[in-house]
Amino acid sequence: MTPAHSDVFIFFLTLAKILAIAVPLIIAVALYVWWERKVIGWMHVRMGPNKIGPFGLLQAFADVVKLLIKEIVTPTNANRFLYFAAPLLAVIPALAVWAVVPFDHGVVLADINAGVLFLLAMTSLGVYGIILAGWASNSRYAMLGAMRSAAQVISYEIAMGMALVCVLILAGSLNFSAIVAAQAGHKGLFDWFWLPLLPMFFVYFISGVAETNRLPFDVAEGESEIVAGFHVEYSGSAFALFFLAEYANMILVSFLAPILFLGGWLSPFQGWHLGWLSQPGWWWLAVKVFVFATAFLWIRATFPRYRYDQIMRLGWKVFIPIAIVWIFVAGCLRYFGWVTTGH
Amino acid sequence: MPMNHAIFQTVCFLVFAGAAALSALGVIGFKNTVHAVLSLVLTFFSAACVWLLLQAEFLALALVVVYVGAVMVLFLFVVMMLDIELEPLREGFIRYLPVGIGAAVIMLFEMLGIIGVRAMNVPAGPNPAGASNIEWLGQALFTHFLLPFEIAALILTVGLVAAVVLALRTRTFSRRQDPARQSAVRAATRLRMVKMPAVKPAPAAAEKETAT
Repeated sequence: MTPAHSDVFIFFLTLAKILAIAVPLIIAVALYVWWERKVIGWMHVRMGPNKIGPFGLLQAFADVVKLLIKEIVTPTNANRFLYFAAPLLAVIPALAVWAVVPFDHGVVLADINAGVLFLLAMTSLGVYGIILAGWASNSRYAMLGAMRSAAQVISYEIAMGMALVCVLILAGSLNFSAIVAAQAGHKGLFDWFWLPLLPMFFVYFISGVAETNRLPFDVAEGESEIVAGFHVEYSGSAFALFFLAEYANMILVSFLAPILFLGGWLSPFQGWHLGWLSQPGWWWLAVKVFVFATAFLWIRATFPRYRYDQIMRLGWKVFIPIAIVWIFVAGCLRYFGWVTTGH
Repeated sequence: MPMNHAIFQTVCFLVFAGAAALSALGVIGFKNTVHAVLSLVLTFFSAACVWLLLQAEFLALALVVVYVGAVMVLFLFVVMMLDIELEPLREGFIRYLPVGIGAAVIMLFEMLGIIGVRAMNVPAGPNPAGASNIEWLGQALFTHFLLPFEIAALILTVGLVAAVVLALRTRTFSRRQDPARQSAVRAATRLRMVKMPAVKPAPAAAEKETAT
C-alpha cells in the first residue's frame, strides 16, 4: 500500500468509525424517547405508546418522520442567521464529544490524553445553542428560558468540573481508559471510585441532570411558566435538533457516570473468581448506562420542578463547598496512599 | 508522506489563523453587539485550534473551557440584557483612531521584541519523552513555579471577594429566606383541619325553599 493510499484509507476508516458511533447514537436517542414514555407511562399507571409496532416501539421513529416533514416557522423579527445556527450549535458539540467516550477497553474513536478536558470543552459549548436560540427568536419567553438556562448550566459546570478533578486526582490521568484502568483491582465493586468519592458521585450525577436541563432542573423549559423556554419558537427539524442534542447529552452523562465512578466496563465482581462474571466487558458498561439512563426518567417522574433560587442555592451553596472539601480529601487519599489504584 | 503532512498542517494553520484574524476584525466591525461577542468567541476558538496545531493541547482546551465556555457566556449574557445605544459609541471612532493606531503599533513592536528575545535564547526544552503536555505543565506549575502560582490564585481570590463586596448592598426592603426553615415546614403549621358534620337540609325545608 503506497503512503498516499494509506492516508486515504485512514480518512475513510475514521469516517466509518464516526458513522459507527453517530448512527447508533441517533437510533439510541429514538429508543430512549420510547423508553422514557413507556417508563413514565408505567409510573403514571397508564400504557405509554403501544399502537405503532410491537410495544409501540416504532412510535419514536414515526415521531421523527413527523418532525422532519413539519413546516419550519421563523418569527418575523427573528435574527434569521443565528436563529438557524443555534440548533446546529447545540447539536454539534453534543455529537463531537462522543469522539473521546470509550465503549470498551480500546474501543474509542480518539484515545487522547486530554480526554476529560476535551469533554469539558465540548459540553461547555452546548450552552451557546440555548442562549442564541433564546436571543435570536426575539421572543420574551425564549429569552427568559435562555437566561435561566445560561445561569444554571454555568453554575453546575463548576460543581461538575470539581467532581471530575477529584476523579483525576485519584486516577492520575485525563484519559478515560486510564481512569477505568485505575479502578481495576481485586475487591470487586469496592475498588471503584464511587466509594472514596461518594459525595462527588452524587454531585456529579445531579449536576449532570441539571446540565442537561432535565427535570427537576428544567426551569429553562418550564412549560407551566414560560411555555417551552428557549425553543418555544422552533418547529419541525430545527426543534428536532434541540431534542436530539438534549437526549444525546443525557446518554452521555449516563455513560460518564459509570466510566468515572463505577468502573466503566469492569465487572462488579472483579477479582472474586466467579468465572465469566468476573470478566470485564462492554456488557457491564451497557448495563450501568441503562441503569443511569433509566434513573433520569425515574427522577423526572418523581420530583416536582425546583424553584429558580433553590437551584442556584443547591449549586453554589451546597455542591461547590462539598466539592472543594472533597478535592482536599481526594488529595489526602492520594498523597497518603489510603486508596490503591490499578492492580 | 511527511511532505504531505507538512502541507496539510500549513493549510490548517492558514485556515485557522485566517479565521482568527477575520473574526477579530468582526469584533470591532459588527454593528450588532451580540454579533461582535460571537465574533470574539470565534476568535478564541480559532486561536485554540492554532494552539492545538502547536501541540499545546492543554492550553488550547483550557482556552475553550475557560474563555469560550464560561467568560464569553457571561459576556453574551450581559450584552443581551443591556440595551446599548450604538450611535454615541460609533461617533468616537474617528476621534480615537490615532490613539488606537498608536497602541497597535506599540503592541506590534513589543511582540516583535519578544520574538527577537526568544530567538536569541535557546528555546525551552520540549516535553520530556513519555510525559504528556499536561503532566509536564503540572510538574512545572507545582514545583518550580509554586509560589507565583499560589500568589496568582490569591490575587484572583481577592479580586473575587472585592467584586462581591462592591456589588453587595443591603437593601432596606430585602426579604430573606431561610431554606432550613422552609424545608422544616409541616402541614400542621400552615393548615388547620376542622372537623365539620356534613350538612344536608331536611327534605321538608328544601321543599319549602323551592316553593318560595
